Amino acid sequence: MDSMQLFTRQTKAISTARRSLLIIESIPGIRYNEIVDVELGTGEIRSGQVIEVGKNTTVVQVFGGVSEVDLLNSKVRYKGETLKLPVSPDILGRIFDGSGKPIDGGPPIISQKYQDINGVPANPASRMPPAEFIETGISAIDGLNVLVRGQKLPIFSGSGLPHNKIAAQIIRQASLKGKSEDFAIVFGAIGVSYDDAAHFISNLEETGALSRAVGFINTASSPVIERLSTPRLALTAAEYLAWEMNMHVLVILTDITNYADALRELAAMRGEIPSRRGYPGYMYTDLASLYERAGRISGREGSVTIIPILTMPDDDITHPIPDLTGYITEGQIVLSRPLDRKRIYPPIDVFLSLSRMMKEGIGEGKTREDHNNVFMQSYAMYAEGNYLREITTVIGSEALTDRDKVYLNAADRFEREFIAQDENSRRTVEETLSIAWDIFSMLPEEDLKLINEAYIKKYLPEPSRSE
Amino acid sequence: MGKIWRISGPVIIAEDMRGSQVYEVVEIGEERLNGEIIGLEQDKAVIQVYEDTVGLTVGEKVTGTGEILMAELGPGLVGNIYDGVQRSLVTMKDEVGDFLHRGVRTYALDREKKWHFIPAMKAGAQVEGGDVIGTVQETGLIEHRIMVPPGMSGVIDAIEEGDYTVEESIALLKSNGKTWPLTLMQRWPARKPRPYKRRFDPQDLLVTGTRVIDYLFPLALGGKAAIPGGFGTGKTVNLQQMVRWSQTQLNIYVGCGERGNEMADVLQSFKELKDPATGRYLQEKEIFIANTSNMPVVAREISIFIGITMAEYYRDMGYDILLVADSTSRWAEAMREIGARLEETPGEEGFPTYLGSRLSAFYERSGRVECLGSPGRIGSATVIGAVSPPGADFSEPVTQSTLRIVDALYSLDVALANRRHFPTINWLQSYSHYADSVNAWWEKVSPDYTEVRNQALITLQKEAELEEIVRLVGPEALPENDKLLLLIARMIREDFLMQSAYHPVDTYSNPKRSHLMLSTIMKFSDFARGLAEEGMMVSEISASRIKQRISRMKDVPDDEIDQYVDSIRQDMAGGAASLEEGGV
Repeated sequence: MDSMQLFTRQTKAISTARRSLLIIESIPGIRYNEIVDVELGTGEIRSGQVIEVGKNTTVVQVFGGVSEVDLLNSKVRYKGETLKLPVSPDILGRIFDGSGKPIDGGPPIISQKYQDINGVPANPASRMPPAEFIETGISAIDGLNVLVRGQKLPIFSGSGLPHNKIAAQIIRQASLKGKSEDFAIVFGAIGVSYDDAAHFISNLEETGALSRAVGFINTASSPVIERLSTPRLALTAAEYLAWEMNMHVLVILTDITNYADALRELAAMRGEIPSRRGYPGYMYTDLASLYERAGRISGREGSVTIIPILTMPDDDITHPIPDLTGYITEGQIVLSRPLDRKRIYPPIDVFLSLSRMMKEGIGEGKTREDHNNVFMQSYAMYAEGNYLREITTVIGSEALTDRDKVYLNAADRFEREFIAQDENSRRTVEETLSIAWDIFSMLPEEDLKLINEAYIKKYLPEPSRSE
Repeated sequence: MGKIWRISGPVIIAEDMRGSQVYEVVEIGEERLNGEIIGLEQDKAVIQVYEDTVGLTVGEKVTGTGEILMAELGPGLVGNIYDGVQRSLVTMKDEVGDFLHRGVRTYALDREKKWHFIPAMKAGAQVEGGDVIGTVQETGLIEHRIMVPPGMSGVIDAIEEGDYTVEESIALLKSNGKTWPLTLMQRWPARKPRPYKRRFDPQDLLVTGTRVIDYLFPLALGGKAAIPGGFGTGKTVNLQQMVRWSQTQLNIYVGCGERGNEMADVLQSFKELKDPATGRYLQEKEIFIANTSNMPVVAREISIFIGITMAEYYRDMGYDILLVADSTSRWAEAMREIGARLEETPGEEGFPTYLGSRLSAFYERSGRVECLGSPGRIGSATVIGAVSPPGADFSEPVTQSTLRIVDALYSLDVALANRRHFPTINWLQSYSHYADSVNAWWEKVSPDYTEVRNQALITLQKEAELEEIVRLVGPEALPENDKLLLLIARMIREDFLMQSAYHPVDTYSNPKRSHLMLSTIMKFSDFARGLAEEGMMVSEISASRIKQRISRMKDVPDDEIDQYVDSIRQDMAGGAASLEEGGV
């Protein structure tokens, strides 16, 4: 598959330079999707990618744009290979840019091994269903939207909501229940502000996690095309650590919205027929080629867990970016602006959030026997309280029965005590469950229909009749 | 032999291709990547490539195979896992490891494995296409009937019991002085429907074990249905439930552009779960096609046709087959991508204008038929397609084109998912045109089926109307009889329609059980109306133990349900007195 060539070819026959594209005369041997060097008249060298090969002409997309390219003195040089990342254990603790070059002042990575950043799909017959509970210490996740090893669980956020804070908290706290080993962290920042990127790195440094982390940073001012390679580099590093170094890897990709916008921008430059809201028709497949790199492989020790973060334009969950993401990922953690306004941190919308892998990751021997029952009962209780809150705004609280008022109260407590927690608080799953039980004790016992009676006897605290 | 002339994503154009035919399979480049010709112009052929084209270069050779894309059909399909072009992923795992590299070729059917063939006829018999000449026990559940391929006829010779590979001759067929070897395997062009004698209207219920489907919106053997739903509505869980529990002889699950982890989960669970009717592992009656979303896009397009060809082949043996395609939207997107590369004039939302006809070409291959050949037999292929409408907006082209073709619709509702009402099949939007045709079937199980079903549907419809009023005035302001209706509707929803895929008992509900449950709720409705007329408050009725016992029906095992329901009904027969005793 890799066809390394010992010689290079170059051409000066550039016929068109427009937007980010160059149309050049074809030279035998040029390969589809290979990476080329574009040398400007000034001597500056940029990377580009072959996006269409024909017998007579070849189209090259230039990373960094075609500004200052002139048709007389610029050259295009073929190397005969696609974009690759050198991999070795030394990548841990290092920070790279969106083309894989170190930007932390350290030496380049020397390796015998170069991996294609597009990866190779895992054989579905070799995959192992994810089932190991990851304790994030965040109740709204551990209690209601469980994350398991090998899952891809995105955070759907909105601009101004504290998704980065939550991601940082997960990075600090995530561990496998009952085991002390830590996750390796791979961090891909796509088109984020310099400050956000710096914040993440200093967060890793402060908690000592940097030594087991790899960062790939494409800031808002870096070339747009590298927004496409940044997550692929990150995932290639993650796959290397997981499948060859037997590590459990947690990949944070932020912000997928910038990624999708870059995809749209580059597709438009190629003159492709747009689909919904101008995004290319293959965006589902393209996003899947990232997210599907999560998983477990039977017979291999490591795992790749992906938490992509995206900001929903106008908080609209039906926008193509969250929509297509939701179709690929195994659930989603949705942040809520109303909760954020109520100063609830983390402002996780329990109704819209979902983890499809939850069932596999909880229960006796994994978390606790009553976990699923507590989850369902909490959900039902909170839903009922919310419904009542909604109709109260129309009909007033006068029309409510005493039972209804208890539920309203329970929903408030659920938000303030269960969902809300401090940025630095790390709750064990037992602590999370006992908070829920504490709130259940407000309800009439016969309302706990979704809980096995044996668990009620065992876990329900004596009701405090103070109200 | 031709040469690559242009490469653009999964589509390449080759020159010097005179003499090729459309849909001919070709091999491309050093790695012999698989592709299929989708258009010819002068000496140039437009080829869609089933594998990643990265690294190909102009001038690499393109070789025609002279054949159009064929599905391999024979023993060894059941229990296997295939990619979109019918390469066995199990074999690939053993031979090339955990990752799918390009250019690997494996056969669909194991060439070395021996199968024990038992002839059903003797030398000298006159046969024609479709005749069963013998059998092979493929799995504990599937007796594989070896048939004369359609279109062939003649006199059987040299037929003998024994162990054969799929390529070895099990008999000879003599016709017009020529002799053809017959093998356990036959090949069939995937895009072409297999022939049958005649087609019947579907009339028997396909038992899925999901109450809302079987009882309210029944699907018939040989029918075609669609399940559209936004993400998080449990589409995949619904489909998995159907292939798990459907009372068909064989199920085919086509995972087309969907999640790898979910596929792994399905594969795992089918190794562990047992069929309720036979007690054998489900794996013995399933074929999987797994072309996950990160696998080559073009292979999605053909995967659906490979799947339906296998379904027709087993149908021809006289079996009832269920094929589930998850998701037809990803399939349509693959067509859109190819169409765009070909610079075709796009239809709605960029989808090709032939979207509708391609969808019908797939769904129309379902049906209940009298098979070719003897002994005479009837088989059926039922098709269910998932649709993933962007933004859960059902007005988009794939959903709309599908609705014009299918006869049953299971509409999944995001609002129900947010309320954690599963399955999220919306009872106001879903429909089934098979409801009338399977009536006779249902009435054999329970003569009052139609009445109970209608009552339930009317109650749910009225509930929806009342909900609007409740939003304005609150539930307390309603008159008692409306409150009662809301109570009954709620019981139908919570104690009948909601069904847990994860509860060992509730996950599969046989038709008799479903009927017992719903008819008990409707009996309770009559009982409660009587009480209300005597002046009892609905809140009291709602708090009664009898109602609580009805809500526990779901969890009562099959062998206890009759007795459980009987005791509830006896207590209801006791009237208001039975509530007052306190023990009820």
